[in-house]
Amino acid sequence: MGIELSSVSGLPQVRGDHLVVCDLVPEGARVLDVGCEDGALLQLLTERRHIDGRGIELSQSGVNKAVARGLSVVQGDADMDLSDYPDNAFDVVILSQTLQATRDPKGVLEQLLRIGGQVVVSIPNFAHWRNRMQLLWRGRMPVTKYLSYQWYDTPNIHFCSIRDFVALVEEMDATVVKAVALSGRGERIGFSAPWWLWNLIGEQAVFLLKR
Amino acid sequence: MSDIPVQDSPAPAGLTPAELELAQRREIDTPSSQCMRCGAEDALPLDSGVILSPWQIAYETYGTLNDDRSNAILICHALTGDQYVASTNPVTRKPGWWTSLVGPGKPVDTDRYFVICSNVLGGCMGTTGPASTDPKTGAPYALTLPLVTIRDMVRAQARLVEHLGIDTLFSVIGGSMGGMQVLQWASLFPQKVFSAIPIAAGARHSSQNIAFHEVGRQAVMADPDWCGGAYLSAGRRPSKGLSVARMAAHITYMSDTSLHRKFGRNLQDREALTFGFDADFQIESYLRHQGMTFVDRFDANSYLYVTRAMDYFDLAAEHGGSLAKAFLRTNTRFCVISFTTDWLFPTSESKAVVRALNAAAANVSFVEVESDRGHDAFLLDEPEMFRTVRGFLTGAARARGIPAPGGAA
Repeated sequence: MGIELSSVSGLPQVRGDHLVVCDLVPEGARVLDVGCEDGALLQLLTERRHIDGRGIELSQSGVNKAVARGLSVVQGDADMDLSDYPDNAFDVVILSQTLQATRDPKGVLEQLLRIGGQVVVSIPNFAHWRNRMQLLWRGRMPVTKYLSYQWYDTPNIHFCSIRDFVALVEEMDATVVKAVALSGRGERIGFSAPWWLWNLIGEQAVFLLKR
Repeated sequence: MSDIPVQDSPAPAGLTPAELELAQRREIDTPSSQCMRCGAEDALPLDSGVILSPWQIAYETYGTLNDDRSNAILICHALTGDQYVASTNPVTRKPGWWTSLVGPGKPVDTDRYFVICSNVLGGCMGTTGPASTDPKTGAPYALTLPLVTIRDMVRAQARLVEHLGIDTLFSVIGGSMGGMQVLQWASLFPQKVFSAIPIAAGARHSSQNIAFHEVGRQAVMADPDWCGGAYLSAGRRPSKGLSVARMAAHITYMSDTSLHRKFGRNLQDREALTFGFDADFQIESYLRHQGMTFVDRFDANSYLYVTRAMDYFDLAAEHGGSLAKAFLRTNTRFCVISFTTDWLFPTSESKAVVRALNAAAANVSFVEVESDRGHDAFLLDEPEMFRTVRGFLTGAARARGIPAPGGAA
């Protein structure tokens, strides 16, 4: 019944944004993954980076799956439960595709910077050209393969663009150590470009932050 | 709380209540299980200030301790449980109370782990309790036994674990009052607990919980056969009082939904209301049955002592009101489990423990299992709980280097 970690080590398909995150996490780090879903990223980091990992996940089914595969995960809410953790409790705190679904993104980011020495945040980019086109030509809220929700059922209540996010980071006296733009499928956009261009062609982005 | 309905089914064929009582009396001083007996040189200092000597602790073990003694798991039982977690109870002759979780191939796999389960201090199945014979008088202690606490129970277990030559327990697991002991273990002996699974428990007994216990104790003490606690010497038994106590407690172990599903407002063996005080409703008949079968296997004074120990439990209070301080610098891996409809130890109590563990930067998992069966769910067939325990223990075993049965890590 229990899933042995080893049996999952040949993961069928590793998400592209997970691979990018994996590259940003140092070997053996203490890591907190906020919004860890069923623990796929934590497991990847445990196998490839030998981290001491913890997770927080809102959905109970996600938590139960993660714990059943031997990961340390608690049911919790990025908006509510991060304040329980002491300062600098982790080397790296990860918030993967979750910021836009929090009630108070700035408050959450503040907590992440307090708890972790380094913070990895990945966000969907609302200013991707495809979204801009839908709004411009059809006058409808964008619905894409990557962001497949209708406006009335989306859990994503605080959208931002890559440039919005960078502006917020600067406003909070934090630094972007590294940024990677990705396609919707999670493929790295492998050239460096000015923010405005990434803001147009990146469907998502991963940031390494520090304060 | 080790009695799911199946367990409190009528006595096995051929056993009269008198025979059951006799069997139960025999287990008090001379348990069928293994037993560690401690003399004056191994006296046990209690929280009350009294030093207990002599004393004994009755226990069962399952599986084999490995060569580096790293695979021992201690199971802590609940209020009315016993050491027979996965073996036949010698009084009721019923199977162990947690065979769904503990056994060969089960989540707590006795092919892989060495499992210990002892009767709690204050109990009545072979560990020193109020029904035990006081060697000074030759009569049962009754109320002359000092009150015991959850911490006293844990200290007694720690002596046993030491006696068995185990330095660090791979895991300590328990539900309800057993979960309290788990938390106490992790707080009192952090270096001796590699992992901990408190289930359907909390770091303190709430006001409401104390209230229910007080109702139960008053019912026992109001029974004229209680004789100020000296009923054993008087050859009597406060069965009515203990039975009522059990009935009240049993309600708290079930959810409104499960009671309603099971009994509704159904009438018991009758077509219409009788306009009297017979057990018209099935739920009344069920509760009476629960109460009656309980008195055959449990000692009334033990019930007073152990409920009191739960009432006194408040882990934060031991640490200046801060629960996080109870777990500071802990290296223990925790897996906290609660059930959605448990109103005796609701999820909020488990979450308070999880918050404190996070504040102590501890390694913690927390799973709330969806179940409509209330507090008793932890003793029942709950696949989600089994998956969680199995997954958590497997991960912890890998970290501890305990090989899986058959050799693969």
